[in-house]
Amino acid sequence: MFSRAYKAAVTLPPLVWVTVFLLMPYMLMFCYSFWSVSASQTIEHSWNLANYGQLLRVNVYWQTLLRSMWIAARVTVFSLVLGYPLAYFLSFYAGRKKDLLYQLVIIPLWVSYLVRAYAWKTILGSDGVLNTLLQYVHLTKHPLEFLLYSPFAVVLTLTHIYTPFAFLPIYAALEHIPRNLVEASHDLGATPGQTFWKVIFPLSIPGVVAGATFAFVLSLGDFLAPLLLGGPSGIMISNIVVSLFGAAYNWPLGAAISFCMLLLVVGLLFFSERLEKKWSFS
Amino acid sequence: MMTASEIPMAAAGDGLGHATLLSIRNVAKRFGKNVVLRDISLDVAEGEFLTILGESGSGKTTLLRIIAGFETASAGEVWMGDERLDRQPPYRRRVNTVFQHYALFPHLTVEQNVAYGLRVAKRPEAEIASRVKEALDKVKMSAHAKSKPSKISGGQQQRIALARALVNRPRLLLLDEPLSALDANLRRQMQVELKSLQREVGISFIFVTHDQEEAMVMSDRIALLRSGELEQVATPREIYGRPATAYAAQFIGHTNLLKGEVRAGVVRCGVLTWPAALPDGPALFSLRPENIRLAAGTPAGAGMVRVRGKVLHQAFHGATELIRVDCGDGLVLVVRTPGSGGSLDEVELGFSPADAILVRESPERI
Repeated sequence: MFSRAYKAAVTLPPLVWVTVFLLMPYMLMFCYSFWSVSASQTIEHSWNLANYGQLLRVNVYWQTLLRSMWIAARVTVFSLVLGYPLAYFLSFYAGRKKDLLYQLVIIPLWVSYLVRAYAWKTILGSDGVLNTLLQYVHLTKHPLEFLLYSPFAVVLTLTHIYTPFAFLPIYAALEHIPRNLVEASHDLGATPGQTFWKVIFPLSIPGVVAGATFAFVLSLGDFLAPLLLGGPSGIMISNIVVSLFGAAYNWPLGAAISFCMLLLVVGLLFFSERLEKKWSFS
Repeated sequence: MMTASEIPMAAAGDGLGHATLLSIRNVAKRFGKNVVLRDISLDVAEGEFLTILGESGSGKTTLLRIIAGFETASAGEVWMGDERLDRQPPYRRRVNTVFQHYALFPHLTVEQNVAYGLRVAKRPEAEIASRVKEALDKVKMSAHAKSKPSKISGGQQQRIALARALVNRPRLLLLDEPLSALDANLRRQMQVELKSLQREVGISFIFVTHDQEEAMVMSDRIALLRSGELEQVATPREIYGRPATAYAAQFIGHTNLLKGEVRAGVVRCGVLTWPAALPDGPALFSLRPENIRLAAGTPAGAGMVRVRGKVLHQAFHGATELIRVDCGDGLVLVVRTPGSGGSLDEVELGFSPADAILVRESPERI
């Protein structure tokens, strides 16, 4: 059909792109994770597993990784709890306002991440909107300290930022459910509640899995929210990676942590894809 | 147009002497400014197979959806016995539907699909198992009980949809063009199966279709719907033999529409004249092609209307042959004969005045 030159012209650019900007950096990172830093702050290209050993031995690394996963898990649950009802309402009950409401959900995505994170800082701080309000109505005497610079602030901000990411695939899955299935369920005597749990929810599971994966993976790797709002107790694994590549100048250890995260995320994506396949019918 | 009392009905109910099950009273439906149904009144008897026949856009599916509860009527009432049906949500109505594209739940097996209605009604598991098995046996699908709907053919999905509805023992089954997605052979086979299944279970069926042949083959009665109004409600034989309107005559089978003028007990229609006890004025008649005979050589029967004409076209259909004959004065008749034996040039035609059925005009509607 097509000439070989045409085929090459079409396939080569993406191939080069993937190789240069994805495969090679990953390979390089993989190599770095086995190297080490000398006393004189140069990279020594001697192969060993010391970085991975350190990762397991030093508590702060794996504890931070676990805490990051715990934060990401909470963000995922809250995003789903907020995103699902919203998507369900929009898909099934919004009627003519559907498009408008959909746009309203999407618009925050156009606002810079930084602006939204700073907005929460303004709201949650000691002199912030929330504390001022609470004291004004005499609910509290002193500013609540746990609001800002805490895991709470990080979870809240990340939930706000990533809920649309959970919402979108759920909404898409709900939109794909043929409405005659809902009618068939009612026709067979199922109440709206039974219809939701027996037909609508099972058929929306691929969207829930995709949304959960988005929320979890994106918040697991986040480093701006913990940096701006997390304080010492809200540090996440990406902050450690950033400082290892920056101030600490320990690229090999940073690469080892990055590689572990990469494995975790790839494993998660693989697992969620299996789950989605298992629950999709068409 | 036509009010409910004017619509010819076969006795009360279905003519089989059964009690009325469902009563549709003066139902109308508007979507915004668009009037889809106007003033529909129709009774369905116990155990009756009633077909709602109409072209696409005639409102037949909307009427079915009002009975099922997926649409609310803009006016009128639907009663089942002494229970007002149209005020109930669909899940409280003892009515089940076989959907046009079956609407089987893709995440459930065939068996789970059939069990769905019983499960949500929280019947005991033992009862569910035996009734599901019975329903699957009835539609000859027991072998596929564990399959997912995507793994079985269209005809098989059709049967599962039927079993899923019937297992609930509804008082009324609604079928929304259930055979339209099947190929011609399977379709004919399913028509027969569906009809005999209906006889066996004794449940009233309301069957929606745009296919007049299907309606003729299966129904006890046909309700012909046109642009949101009932054109005629009658048995297939009656609606074919004595169509009430020009539209009914043309939609169901072929016909010759003769526009004539009655004067002093004689109809004059171009070169044709025949006696008829009708008031003076214009009149429209339907004359079925098979009621016109090639009369060459046969002795003139008492009261036969005879006319000579030139053959325009002959179409051989195997068992019968359709011949278009120009009788002069702009009158062209279509004649169906059981084989003419060869090509014809000039023919003499004859028909009995009793076969020229007076029909009402069907004015254009929006």
